[in-house]
Amino acid sequence: MAVNEKILGSELIDKVPGGGFVLAKTEDLFNWAKSSSLWPLTFGLACCAIEMMVTGGPHYDIDRFGSGVFRASPRQCDVMIISGTICVKMQDSIKRLYDQMPEPKYVIAMGNCAISGGIFYHDSYSVVKGAEAVGIPVDVFVAGCPPRPENLLHGIIKLQEKINSQKVKTA
Amino acid sequence: MDFQELTINMGPQHPSTHGVLFLQLKLDGEVIVDCQPHIGYLHRSIEKIAESRSLVQFMPFTDRLDYIASMNNNLGFCLAAEKLLGITASPRAQYLRVIVAELNRVASHLLAIGTFAQDLGAYATPLFYALRDREKIIQIFDKICGQRLTYNYLRIGGVAGDLPAGADQLIKDFMAYQRRILPEYHDLLTGNVIFCARSKNIGVLPKETAINYGVTGPNLRASGVAWDLRKDEPYLVYDKFDFNVVTGANGDSWDRYDVRMREIEESLKIIEQALGGLPEGDPVAKVNKVFRLNGEAYMRTENPRGELGFYIVGDGGPLPYRLKVRSPSFANLSVLSAMIKGMNISDAVCVLGSLDIVMGEIDR
Amino acid sequence: MDITTIIHSLQAKFPGIVVGASADQLIITKEVVKPVFEFLKNGPAAFTSLHSITAVDRKDTVEVVYHVHSFAHRVMLTVKVILGNDQLEVPSLTLLWGAADWLEREVFDLFGVRFEGHPDLRRILNPDSWTAHPLRKDFQMDGIVPRPVK
Repeated sequence: MAVNEKILGSELIDKVPGGGFVLAKTEDLFNWAKSSSLWPLTFGLACCAIEMMVTGGPHYDIDRFGSGVFRASPRQCDVMIISGTICVKMQDSIKRLYDQMPEPKYVIAMGNCAISGGIFYHDSYSVVKGAEAVGIPVDVFVAGCPPRPENLLHGIIKLQEKINSQKVKTA
Repeated sequence: MDFQELTINMGPQHPSTHGVLFLQLKLDGEVIVDCQPHIGYLHRSIEKIAESRSLVQFMPFTDRLDYIASMNNNLGFCLAAEKLLGITASPRAQYLRVIVAELNRVASHLLAIGTFAQDLGAYATPLFYALRDREKIIQIFDKICGQRLTYNYLRIGGVAGDLPAGADQLIKDFMAYQRRILPEYHDLLTGNVIFCARSKNIGVLPKETAINYGVTGPNLRASGVAWDLRKDEPYLVYDKFDFNVVTGANGDSWDRYDVRMREIEESLKIIEQALGGLPEGDPVAKVNKVFRLNGEAYMRTENPRGELGFYIVGDGGPLPYRLKVRSPSFANLSVLSAMIKGMNISDAVCVLGSLDIVMGEIDR
Repeated sequence: MDITTIIHSLQAKFPGIVVGASADQLIITKEVVKPVFEFLKNGPAAFTSLHSITAVDRKDTVEVVYHVHSFAHRVMLTVKVILGNDQLEVPSLTLLWGAADWLEREVFDLFGVRFEGHPDLRRILNPDSWTAHPLRKDFQMDGIVPRPVK
């Protein structure tokens, strides 16, 4: 329940006696809104994609953390979960998908392949050394081959914590 | 009036391509004139990596070929290596291999059915049914070998460890549960009017075309060819079990779904018999860790998607000189462009979903 | 019809076919590739399914290995064609089997073996811009494969 309370933003809001309206900082409110509805991109690369599907499934239920709305178009997404090995032929497409996502956008590198090429990097001729080598800035690394669904959920919570600690920039 | 062909790119990022598949479709209105699949977006050069790994070290890579049926991939590779080295696993190990391979076949078919229904627009419900039931198998595997997806449980000459205490009860519980729950799938999908309308007589794969393109597994059996390596070229102890080879009548998308549904029941039958006749003994491999590979061996096994073949060539050293993976999905996908010409664009997803491909083993 | 009768009937028709290391293995020359496979597919042995095509780089030669399968007689036959390194060309089987299309493209991509008569011999797994054939033993990884640097 501790996680839920935090996401609901209960500690952000000052209760005013008498009710009717609440007081909160814009920064907290924006961050709360951003972190509570992280819509991921439906983008399965390899083995980890199956674990991503399972995380979205009934047993682990990613919806509890507001990330259950997998969108098929990058233009509707907030977070890109890179779930699998990035190969030479695929790298341009991944970069392009990332570029198409609207700001603010976040990236979770799920699994060892997306972090560093994993077990496929050495002696291989077609595997790229992780997402950052393609030029995609990664916010949260989730290790494992593949990571367990709990691990991915932990990554999402960590990303929410990161968003909640951000400062809102004004022009 | 002037007609113009329209080219549509489907993938590599598309929710219904089951991975990073890129289809270039040429359309005349809604009708597909030409389909050009482009693969290789997940080409991880596993065959090159194999040339610098010993057989024991290569085992985890086989998990990641067809990542939905890792146990079956382990099994195919183990049997190929054992054929090359002349090793036979102990009877208990062979029974355990059958049990885990069939459990994984059930898990794989469940996921195939779930994603196929999802592709047809039955949003979430069938897929969630499948994920819910598959999770029970994954938890059994988790107990047996500590991993959820990439098991690395089989070893050359045996298995990594015996069944832990309580695992056989879990498997029995699962079988009872799955038998109780299968009618739910039939209620939801098999007789469903929309489901039938979208899949019956769609993507008919004639017997001759299927054989000509090397299609194997449930896709071939749905076209009416009763060919199952477990029955026709029995490996392990499959010849001791009583089960049927399921075939379809028309070879359309619905038949491919139906064959998978009925194969789940056959697999449950095999697991029940294997668990009942599980012999005593030590299943853990008692062989050297370093092998000298001489000569060559080709071994194929019946994977959930078709015939998986491993071709290992040795040159006297500990590393394979060449290792080729003959993946079933590769052949199953190569028939796609011949199948979907002249169809509506909306049926392309249906046919692709019913073929049940996994990009990991197509691209390797 | 078992494997030895099939091989005997084949040897009677095509003299010069050698049995390889095991009884279900044949070594043929590339001149007879087309007639041999035509006989295997349409003859009494009925090898209706082309299971796989692969190759092995033996440094000075390249072996192209075919696995064909007969549903009627439940046998599998391995057929090898040995090519010199300077002449990596072998007739295509695309007219006999649809499966040959992608399998031959894969062998061309990974080994550089050219299949004469293939309607669309392009790379299948690797990017079209590559010039090297990665499963050859003399393949150098550095410099050929573009790798992004951080």
